[in-house]
Amino acid sequence: MSATIKYDEVETGQQIEAADYPVRRVNLVMYAGASGDFNPIHWNERFAKTVGLPDVIAHGMYTMAQGGRFVTDWVGDPGAVVDYSVRFSSMVVVPDDDEGATITVSGVIEQKLEDKRVLVALTARSGDSRVLSRARAVVQLA
Amino acid sequence: MALNREFVGRQYAAPATYEVSRVKIKEFAAAIGDTNPIYRDREAAKAAGHPDVIAPPTFPIVFTLTGAGEALADPELGLNYAMVVHGDQRFEYTRPIRAGDELVCVSTITEIRSVGRNEVLTVQSDVTTVDGEHVCTSYNTIVERGGAA
Repeated sequence: MSATIKYDEVETGQQIEAADYPVRRVNLVMYAGASGDFNPIHWNERFAKTVGLPDVIAHGMYTMAQGGRFVTDWVGDPGAVVDYSVRFSSMVVVPDDDEGATITVSGVIEQKLEDKRVLVALTARSGDSRVLSRARAVVQLA
Repeated sequence: MALNREFVGRQYAAPATYEVSRVKIKEFAAAIGDTNPIYRDREAAKAAGHPDVIAPPTFPIVFTLTGAGEALADPELGLNYAMVVHGDQRFEYTRPIRAGDELVCVSTITEIRSVGRNEVLTVQSDVTTVDGEHVCTSYNTIVERGGAA
């Protein structure tokens, strides 16, 4: 594995610059197909409303994947992620328009661990909601 | 309706091994909008020290629920799938998943509990190669809204 970030060059408390990830209906359709999760709450507005949701919502795993992408873009090698966990704290509502929704992810080095690993704490927001909580990745640095 | 606690501890082996292909990894990476070349290009993956392209960290969701999915659909469990949302998810890796892997997945229902009006169920999926090498473990917690009401 070859992370591009060196353990000796990061500090606890260091911020990782935030990134925006757009999500439109087409992304959810692609994600449904690729993941095999065809729950209609992720693509059928009519069905979503009958089960009490405001509109179609993103797969939690789509949101988790954006958090993963944030970490792997930072570290360079996706193979450097050795542990990744999230709690889905709020829904990402995806309206049927050209804008869709935006997931904004930011991160901070929460702890330097042994074996050149670090614990990265992530924050993911969409609109006014925090959509992931307890989002943490353990990353193997160089 | 409360979930049937007798399901705690039940284990479900996926009916078949999961063969990881470059095409599937590429499709999954495209679906999450990720253009990292290590998901697509063998040479880029090799340059990063991997024998072949590897999969994104959340990729195991593609195949880890096949065994447990059968359990969750069992009417004896009493789960109303229309009310299910994903609560927590964790992936713990020994090594990345890569193209060419032939993976065995065994899922266990490790916990069922009530939290307020909701029922919460956790499935742990242990993923190994056919040779028994541990690759990753997935912990998937789902919430049935109103299930405990």
